[in-house]
Amino acid sequence: MTNLIDVIEQEQIKSNIPKFYPGDTVQVHVKVVEGTRERIQVFEGVVIRRKGGGIRETFTVRRIAYGVGVERTFPLHSPKIEKIVVVRHGKVRRAKLYYLRKLTGKAARIKEVRRS
Amino acid sequence: MPKALLGKKLGMTQVFNPDGKIVPVTVVSAGPCVVTQVKTDANDGYEAVQIGIGSVKPININKPMAGHFRKANVRVCRYLREIAVGNIADYQSGQEIKVDIFSVGDFIDVSGVSKGKGFAGSIKRWNKSRGPMGHGSKSHRRPASAGAKGPARVFKGKHSPGRMGGENVTIQNLEIIKIDVERNLMLVKGAVPGPKEGLLLIQSAVKSI
Repeated sequence: MTNLIDVIEQEQIKSNIPKFYPGDTVQVHVKVVEGTRERIQVFEGVVIRRKGGGIRETFTVRRIAYGVGVERTFPLHSPKIEKIVVVRHGKVRRAKLYYLRKLTGKAARIKEVRRS
Repeated sequence: MPKALLGKKLGMTQVFNPDGKIVPVTVVSAGPCVVTQVKTDANDGYEAVQIGIGSVKPININKPMAGHFRKANVRVCRYLREIAVGNIADYQSGQEIKVDIFSVGDFIDVSGVSKGKGFAGSIKRWNKSRGPMGHGSKSHRRPASAGAKGPARVFKGKHSPGRMGGENVTIQNLEIIKIDVERNLMLVKGAVPGPKEGLLLIQSAVKSI
């Protein structure tokens, strides 16, 4: 017998997610409901971690907004995410980029790498 | 009208609701059950419906039980439970009950036998707090005082260490998130008692919110 829990999880997994890794800069297009109207809000920043697997996978995007560091964690397969656009690939040597939280300005930059 | 169904716990997972929020759910394989006997006031002195689920190898069934199933002309069930229903006229023996008697958004009570924890201390069993870990204290996880000196005895029901779990537990007012009639599945918000593959009795909620 196939595992029905896997089947239920598999039904909700999105197939159109682009490949992206920690260090990449991404635009997350999030659906926001304001009253009765629904609109798309873009959250752009550096991916500092990917966590979990399958339907439970989440990723965290960090950006500096008006001088304040803002981090948002999204469930990867959330229906609230319209799409994810990879803006640039970064060269990093770690899977979790928590060290970026202590760095500001020029030091917090990540070198770009061209990936085919 | 009270409705009831037998099922099996398959495990827990999560689903996204229409708002995009994550809902923790338990997947329950519910039904199909068969009505094995309808107990009437005239014949049995009270009204109830006996339902069954599961299968048994023919060699493992004894003659009295085999006769019971043959009388109702139903397949052999591993588990039988009696449920109190509003009107027994709605049920005939041999009738099949499927998961579609419930609908999404209904509230249900789920009963099962909780996981056995063995001989557990008073912290785990009764949610007591522990004593100090230092300053010369040796009362780390002990049950502390057994009561006052005056009565010269320990009162009955004193929260002490002992066997925990393995008892009937009912969780009330769980919401049904999804129903899959084809696969006989029910997704229930939150946790239900017992281990995976454990038998569950699903009834419509007695206390409405």
